Amino acid sequence: MPKHTIIALVEDKPGVLNHMASLFRRRGFNIESIAVGRSEVPHLSRMTLVVNGGNTMVEQVRKQLDKVVDVVKVSDITSDKVITRELALIKVKATSSTRSEVMQIVDIFRANIVDVAADSVTVEVTGDENKIDSLLNLLRGFGIRELTRTGRIALTRGETKPLPVKKPPKAKGQKPTK
Amino acid sequence: MKLTGAQMIGESLVKEGVEVIFGILGGSLLPLYDVLPHYPQLRHILVRHEQGAAHAADGYARATGKVGVCLATSGPGATNLVTGIANACLDSVPMVAITGQVARPFIGKDAFQEVDITGITMPITKHNYLVMDAASVPETIKEAFHLARTGRPGPVLIDLPRDVQIDQAEFNYPSKPNLPSYKPILKGHPAQIKKAAKLINEAKKPVIIAGRGVIISAAFAELKELVEQAQIPLVTTLLGISCFPESHVLSYGMLGMHGMAYANMAVDAADLIIAIGMRFDDRATAKVSDFAPHAHVIHIDIDPAEIGKNVRVDVPIVGDVKAVLKELNKLIVAAKRIDWIRQLDDWRREHPSLVIRPGESLLPQYVIRQIYEVTNGEATIVTGVGQHQMWAAQHYWYDKPNTFISSGGLGTMGFGLPAAIGAKVGCPNDTVWCIDGDGSLQMTIQELATAVQEKVAVKIAVLHNNYLGMVRQWQEMFYGKRYVATPLSSPDFVKVAEAYGLPGLRVERREEVAPAIQQAMAEPGPFLIDFIVEPEENVYPMVPPGASLAEVLEEPEKKTKPKAVKDSAKLPVSNI
Repeated sequence: MPKHTIIALVEDKPGVLNHMASLFRRRGFNIESIAVGRSEVPHLSRMTLVVNGGNTMVEQVRKQLDKVVDVVKVSDITSDKVITRELALIKVKATSSTRSEVMQIVDIFRANIVDVAADSVTVEVTGDENKIDSLLNLLRGFGIRELTRTGRIALTRGETKPLPVKKPPKAKGQKPTK
Repeated sequence: MKLTGAQMIGESLVKEGVEVIFGILGGSLLPLYDVLPHYPQLRHILVRHEQGAAHAADGYARATGKVGVCLATSGPGATNLVTGIANACLDSVPMVAITGQVARPFIGKDAFQEVDITGITMPITKHNYLVMDAASVPETIKEAFHLARTGRPGPVLIDLPRDVQIDQAEFNYPSKPNLPSYKPILKGHPAQIKKAAKLINEAKKPVIIAGRGVIISAAFAELKELVEQAQIPLVTTLLGISCFPESHVLSYGMLGMHGMAYANMAVDAADLIIAIGMRFDDRATAKVSDFAPHAHVIHIDIDPAEIGKNVRVDVPIVGDVKAVLKELNKLIVAAKRIDWIRQLDDWRREHPSLVIRPGESLLPQYVIRQIYEVTNGEATIVTGVGQHQMWAAQHYWYDKPNTFISSGGLGTMGFGLPAAIGAKVGCPNDTVWCIDGDGSLQMTIQELATAVQEKVAVKIAVLHNNYLGMVRQWQEMFYGKRYVATPLSSPDFVKVAEAYGLPGLRVERREEVAPAIQQAMAEPGPFLIDFIVEPEENVYPMVPPGASLAEVLEEPEKKTKPKAVKDSAKLPVSNI
């Protein structure tokens, strides 16, 4: 099944993530990853979703998300020019005999070792999913102790249009300072 | 000026033009109820169960087109609203539900009567709010009403902690809601409208399927113009009933599971479906893969997410039905589709779907037809859910716009009585009949007390067959007549009515039907008639589950003998 990347800008309010998650569950949408964090606008978060499914299903995902009042904008950027990245932290078994080999592989992938222990190293790697998957495949032989991945985040390349943005609430009971 | 949260709610509701609130108070709403007497513009109707409050607000909203408002306290009060909110959500009814909540310091502590009602209602509201400071009360109410009544209407819930109702803040009612990202599309895309007009002008066998969107948008005149100008036969969904005069020669009644045989045949044979303000519900389309197999589909709806959800669409038009039809009508060429209409009329003759068997037995269909006759077809009919609902949809002919109120999407038994109360409160000059079944009515029968206390003159016709009839019909047809848990021992509803303080009559024979209805109409207040009807009557036509519209079953030739009458006379009519 093709993977689609959807970007949603949402109001940074309690319950929004819950709302979206419950919508995916209820409508049976197959979500591979969600990554959420602050955006360039103070009260908005940018969410990157990776959805598995055909065009009709992904179109429904987009439309149903768009109906949520706290969702400001949704776009399917699968066919756009985009930059996508994912970050992974991998704790891999590394004894004195294998450590240098692990470090070489890490170097080839331009990844970093961020922690070293007696029998393991922790690797930080960013890139698209393929790069991370390839690194993981190579490290698997040494023994992966722990793994965490952020899921895909994405931005479109080039110009950005202004957003329909809610005015931040005025500070109440305060006189404007001159 | 500083006001308390409770006062701000009162002020805001008045500013939104609210006239009626249906509700039940409780501990967490005491501050709000305490200020209600200061707002005599807000008529409060005390119901007997919060589900009744939500359904009454729903019926009020459907009858008037205004936003229905209901109030319930925290915890069980709020959860009792849930069915009514879901019902309003599926049928796109504008509603604002206000619930009390425990005071802010207690939230999340499993306090007495605390429940996470915003979490619970998230998937069944258009939007909801938990108001965490008094200052945001006015803007929240402004936004809630705006969301409820614009775009595709729906329920909005506002959860108000008790101490927010007591806190004071400056009251400034905003003139506009601050919702920049919420922009319903009202105007249809001109290029799409042009494409649709081309398809319509070229079609040989077009059929319009009209839904509740026509009623919400009040596009009655525009729809009529389209039908008459282009000579297109029209069928409606269940909730589309009364969006177009049913006695019109181009009206072919309701489609779907219990739709007219000829309506379903028309859709099956059509080369173009023009779906207007409807959402291709499975009860309307039957087997969706075989739906209108020869047709192109034009779909006009205000909700973009409905387009292409269930049925492939050739020309989607997102917009308000009235605005879109106005533009579309300009491009429609007058046409005569004599062969197609003749074909449909032949089917109507060959497959009559509304014949009531002669004989003595008191058939439910006969009762509905008599209500139609006596009310001159001018009453607003509100139904519960079940067989009686289908008969009321079929055998009353709706010529007046927006006179059929029923629970479509959720199929909520018990909707009838409270919704009828709401409709009558909203339109006191209209005749409102609640047609209900004995099973359905008993789910909210306590609202008889509301009708009596508030002097709401609803007329109630109970089609009493001592079964959960629709389910019994399925057991008869698809489960080898094994009537598990469907026989009901219903009470003597006349006695129940008397106990609640309203007059009632029992009717067991055909000749008593019309006089009883006349007597009910002559009564100034509420009135109940307990019609003891043929117990094992089935609803026809019927498209069996999993079949396509073309595979519609018509009523088999059967027993016109009075044997059935004897059966009904033997029934345990009351619990003596």
